[in-house]
Amino acid sequence: MLERGEVANSWRRERWDSLRLLTPNWQTRLPGFPYQGSDPDGYMTVAEVTEFIERYAAFSRAPVRTGVNVTSVRRADDGYHVTTSQGEIRCRTLVIASGACNRPVVPGLSEGVPPEIEQVTPFDYREPGRLPDGGVLVVGASATGVQLAAELRRSGRPVILSVGEHVRLPRVYRGRDVLWWMDVSGVWDQRYDEIEDLTRARRLPSPQLVGTPERATLDLNTLTGMGVELVGRWAAVRDGSALFSGGLRNMFSLADLKMNRLLGTFDEWAVTHGRDAEVGPVERFEPTRPPASPRLRIDLRGGEIRTIVWATGFRPDYSWLHVPVVDDKGHLRHDGGVVTDSPGMYALGLPVLRRRRSTFINGIEPDAREVIDHLARHLGLPR
Amino acid sequence: MTTVTNGVNVQALLDAREALKKSPEAAQFVWRASSKWQNGVHTTITVKDFYGLGEERAHKSESVFQADHPEVFAADDNGITPIEYLLVGLASCLTAGVASVAQNRGIQLRSVEATVEGRHDIRGILGADPDVRNGYNDIKVTFNIDADASREEIEALVAQSQKRSAVFDALTNPTDVTVEVA
Ligand SMILES: Cc1cc2nc3c(=O)[nH]c(=O)nc-3n(C[C@H](O)[C@H](O)[C@H](O)COP(=O)(O)OP(=O)(O)OC[C@H]3O[C@@H](n4cnc5c(N)ncnc54)[C@H](O)[C@@H]3O)c2cc1C
Repeated sequence: MLERGEVANSWRRERWDSLRLLTPNWQTRLPGFPYQGSDPDGYMTVAEVTEFIERYAAFSRAPVRTGVNVTSVRRADDGYHVTTSQGEIRCRTLVIASGACNRPVVPGLSEGVPPEIEQVTPFDYREPGRLPDGGVLVVGASATGVQLAAELRRSGRPVILSVGEHVRLPRVYRGRDVLWWMDVSGVWDQRYDEIEDLTRARRLPSPQLVGTPERATLDLNTLTGMGVELVGRWAAVRDGSALFSGGLRNMFSLADLKMNRLLGTFDEWAVTHGRDAEVGPVERFEPTRPPASPRLRIDLRGGEIRTIVWATGFRPDYSWLHVPVVDDKGHLRHDGGVVTDSPGMYALGLPVLRRRRSTFINGIEPDAREVIDHLARHLGLPR
Repeated sequence: MTTVTNGVNVQALLDAREALKKSPEAAQFVWRASSKWQNGVHTTITVKDFYGLGEERAHKSESVFQADHPEVFAADDNGITPIEYLLVGLASCLTAGVASVAQNRGIQLRSVEATVEGRHDIRGILGADPDVRNGYNDIKVTFNIDADASREEIEALVAQSQKRSAVFDALTNPTDVTVEVA
């Protein structure tokens, strides 16, 4: 196992200070290694996740070689030729587990932003105090964007949040963590080959959730209540102004309808599985309140906005992978983690790799088992 | 599912989607209209040819539209105002979307009616107040749909049709427009 940094590197280097997992502790489990702390319903801080993964590395005795950066992978006669910062390696099979979120995505719009505005990504951002005083435009309303918008607003800054397509969820539904419902109702076990639009499922933005001790919901109504101003999807920069889409209300409708359909499937599951009595009564939440007249244009030169935070998602980095298995959007072509175009190559840790659960830490166990079964067959090993 | 007949050939659209994923060049269309000034603010616009799927094409027949201003604008009212054509485009595009999505979801439609209202402060175009924009302040579309579906399913049809609408996008997002003298 080659790791360019240390064990749990992404958690040490690429997360902001206040981040907690949005998955509850009891779901933070790795193969043979459940959560054993005293707060199963809580949410780990970054330091706790780092420690959890470190303990797993010791427990599993995984042969990790830290400080080894893979700079190139090429096909060789019977496998792969790997070039690293510590020398060359030949292997018959290769598992790419380099992560799905190696780089923040920053849209091309950023090039038109006047230079006096500071631009940061979630990889640069640590805490509000490190940003200039004054207004902040947060772009993107998924987990990262809503969390950073709330924290920046609490620091006293005026905050504008540009909202595109998003996934709205309550933190707690009928008395249970909404991710408990995802887990037990089978939504997360839906397999990749059963999903109608897999491309879409794999590109689905993260849900508007935050892990806090209060188990508070952080949806757009919460943010509006805190004084965050909502505007539409950022569409263009023209004459020094940001232009936002006028389609904001439909973004709200799509997310509200989708949330209600999902809650409906939970309700149905509770009835058909005889669990209805053990959870709270059916709930429906207030529709997302549209601002009276959302702004369509904001002057970027007027001083209102001092900082832009790009919470527009993450992408993998395969610049070191010199085998033609990456599509024109920068994603690995694979069938449930089996890179069929290049025998002996596998992937783990990608969104909806083999099931919806794959996107999360707790999805690795069944994925790893199935992918490694294939790998062992490829090598002709007995299983 | 098989008994739903909204008259939309969804299979053809789904097949086209798959085919065009592999050949994005063929997906490049150019739509055209030509106009000819008549008199006053009256213009005649014709639409016939377009380009798509790699070649020049044409509608079955030419369509001719008259655009003018109403009598309260001291014009002859030979046709609707240009900005009303935007409402025509929006209503027809969203309605087509509702029908297509309904067909795809196996929802039988009985009637789909919409009213579209664009609120317009004409002080902008008259130059009476530099702070008033020329275009619509806002647009409101109200659908009345009779279908074999729940209210939520109907709302989802309307939401999805906005999500996939060319005119909704063109009106809600900026478009780079070049106007030049030939
Ligand atoms: C902001 C954020 C919040 C998240 N919150 C949650 C959550 O609440 N719950 C949850 O379940 N999941 C969450 N996730 C997803 C979570 O990251 C994954 O579930 C899990 O951590 C993925 O682990 P991984 O080992 O596959 O990838 P990573 O953690 O990205 O690890 C990949 C490792 O590969 C190394 N590497 C990459 N390239 C090379 C190379 N060329 N040479 C050598 N080493 C290399 C990296 O240094 C890194 O250590 C979150 C992700 C992000 C970005």
